Amino acid sequence: MTCKKSECQCGGNAAQDFSELAPVLDKYAKVPGSLITILQKAQDIYGFLSIDVINHISEATGIKPAKIYGVATFYAQFRLQPIGKYLIMLCKGTACHVNGADMIEEAVCEHLNIQDGETTEDGLFTLNNVACLGCCSLAPVMMIKTNDGEETFGNLTKDKVKAILDDYRAKEA
Amino acid sequence: MKVMIGQGSCGVATGAKKTSNEFEKLVAEKGLKNVVIDKTGCIGTCYLEPIVDVYDDNGALETRYVKVQPEKVAEIVEKHLIGGKPVEEYAISDVDKTFLEKQKRIVLRNCGVINPEHIEEYIARGGYESVKKVVTSMTQDEVIDVIKVSGLKGRGGAGFPTWFKWNEAKKNPGANKYMVCNADEGDPGAFMDRSVLEGDPHSLIEGMTIGGFAMGATEGVIYVRAEYPLAIARLEIAMAQAREKGFLGKNLFGTNFSFDLRIKAGAGAFVCGEETALIASLEGERGMPRLKPPFPAAKGYWQKPTNINNVETFANVPWILANGGEAFAAMGTDNSKGTKVFALAGKIKKGGLVEVPMGLPLKEVIFGIGGGIKQDKQFKAVQMGGPSGGCIPADLIDTPVSYEDITKTGAIVGSGGMIVMDETTCMVDMARYFLDFTRKESCGKCNYCRIGTKRMLEILERITRGEGRDGDIELLEELANKVKDGSMCGLGQTAPNPVLTTIRYFRNEYEDHIYNHKCTAKSCKALIRFTISDACKGCTLCAKKCPVGAITGSVKQRHVIDPDKCIKCGKCEESCNFGAVVRE
Repeated sequence: MTCKKSECQCGGNAAQDFSELAPVLDKYAKVPGSLITILQKAQDIYGFLSIDVINHISEATGIKPAKIYGVATFYAQFRLQPIGKYLIMLCKGTACHVNGADMIEEAVCEHLNIQDGETTEDGLFTLNNVACLGCCSLAPVMMIKTNDGEETFGNLTKDKVKAILDDYRAKEA
Repeated sequence: MKVMIGQGSCGVATGAKKTSNEFEKLVAEKGLKNVVIDKTGCIGTCYLEPIVDVYDDNGALETRYVKVQPEKVAEIVEKHLIGGKPVEEYAISDVDKTFLEKQKRIVLRNCGVINPEHIEEYIARGGYESVKKVVTSMTQDEVIDVIKVSGLKGRGGAGFPTWFKWNEAKKNPGANKYMVCNADEGDPGAFMDRSVLEGDPHSLIEGMTIGGFAMGATEGVIYVRAEYPLAIARLEIAMAQAREKGFLGKNLFGTNFSFDLRIKAGAGAFVCGEETALIASLEGERGMPRLKPPFPAAKGYWQKPTNINNVETFANVPWILANGGEAFAAMGTDNSKGTKVFALAGKIKKGGLVEVPMGLPLKEVIFGIGGGIKQDKQFKAVQMGGPSGGCIPADLIDTPVSYEDITKTGAIVGSGGMIVMDETTCMVDMARYFLDFTRKESCGKCNYCRIGTKRMLEILERITRGEGRDGDIELLEELANKVKDGSMCGLGQTAPNPVLTTIRYFRNEYEDHIYNHKCTAKSCKALIRFTISDACKGCTLCAKKCPVGAITGSVKQRHVIDPDKCIKCGKCEESCNFGAVVRE
């Protein structure tokens, strides 16, 4: 597995508190076909799927950890590593590609010093390239997601992206 | 008086919520008791967002304001809402009005007109009448017959006759059958389904219930992309309202027909557009396709007879039942009936959602409705059908938009993505982009799809890096045909289409890259270079902007770029005010 305990911020021991997940498991653990729903809700709670979370879900559902890992790695939505406070979902859809999404990615990478899939050292931003956000006529587009909701930004330029990221940074200061 | 603010995802992204808050604040401050602030879904003219419609007391549209940023609100409130005189300068222009006037809206009949969170507004426009008629006065066969007469084909991409699928699912015996809606909209560059989900979720619910009745299903599942949070939220509200009104649940309209819906959020996999993969995903498994037959109509979700259609297909259904199959079939061509919604995007002036009768020439859509190419550049091609489709070149722009005519070009109508490209788009890079997408999305089951797309991508990457070899084009063609033949599902069978169509119509661009080390569109970084022309005034701005110090020259002297140092970032070109930096 890619989730090595030494790097993982999941606590790395079985004593982790899973009480928040308990109502989800109560509702879905024995309902056939609910694995993806459980994983989605677990990721909503913990931000990512740690090895301990996977093991815990396995115990509750009776589905083998290897199978859960297989499902989790199949879908683009699931993460096995923790993410920053702000998740930047950078659209790489066709309309965005034609309108310079690569340039926008460059600007984000340069400005935050991270690559696709990485998190900034201060734990604030994670960059994720996504297939399409469906706001094609505003291309290029990105969405910034937090626990409280999400905000979409369209008609991006290199300078606009940098200003948006600086605004988020300033909020933290 | 009612003020409607378009708040689909596009509207919200351009600040429609702030505009709406500003209206609410000012209307409250001024104590305008007769003004109602409301929201609606996508109006379609995405390039004019945020859009604000003002309706008079009789419910007629008085003025449509466009690009209403919060700072324009005060003036509109003061002059129009209080003074009664519309602010003409912010209103939609006559030219922009044609964007909507040239369309025929059936699927989008309520989008941008009603508040999607109020079921009463849907009912007021004839909503849930069709399902009532169907459930209380028609037989299953009669419903299927109406759909047959209409000629409705699946709008998700394959274009299979809807009545046939419903009939197969009906004929297969079983107490538990499922009606599934594919609302995963995996094509990157398409947003038709999102707009319907956000702007008119009740039409989907009604369409699914009618389909459920026809095939004998009692349960429906809507498989929606997790990237569409607003669509999921609106759908949940709509379902709760429908249940409350008795349009979903047990014994609908006092009959013994029961039908209910639930939502499953997809977790992001393009291959789940394939029916059997979608079913695997619904069952909580990896979304991998399986061999057909048995078809889902016989053995689908939990091995029960299952029918899958996409959002747009279902949204057509209530209209067809209300107006008759003949009315629908009266639009379109011999083999493509009705209308089709397209998501017009890319290098187009007026991007947005367009619904037109089938058979309209592409030219009408791109130039007539879309207003032509941004900055009046040269139109090069239009990409249709997403990663499974192909590029249609400028000289085929008179092709009618119908299943049969578009297929002849090597592209497909697909789910309705229409990405317009201009002279600055490199067609080899476009093929590389789509292959990169399908390679990542291949589930890995079939060797040709898993490895073949990877090898094709490597060749395309090599060509765009300027390292193309003699024979690469032929090798790509050979691989493309093998991947098509050797793949079990639609993903692999269609993945080579963007490569094949770009080779077919733009072979010269491939040859330019390989033999002349030139990118025809001057877009591939490895094959371009920047120089400074006589137009340089020696302002030194470019030298200051250059991140690697590749530009030298003194004040008021023509500057020079050192090609060995240049990293081709294009910052000099962006910063030059005299157009002196030349890309070649």
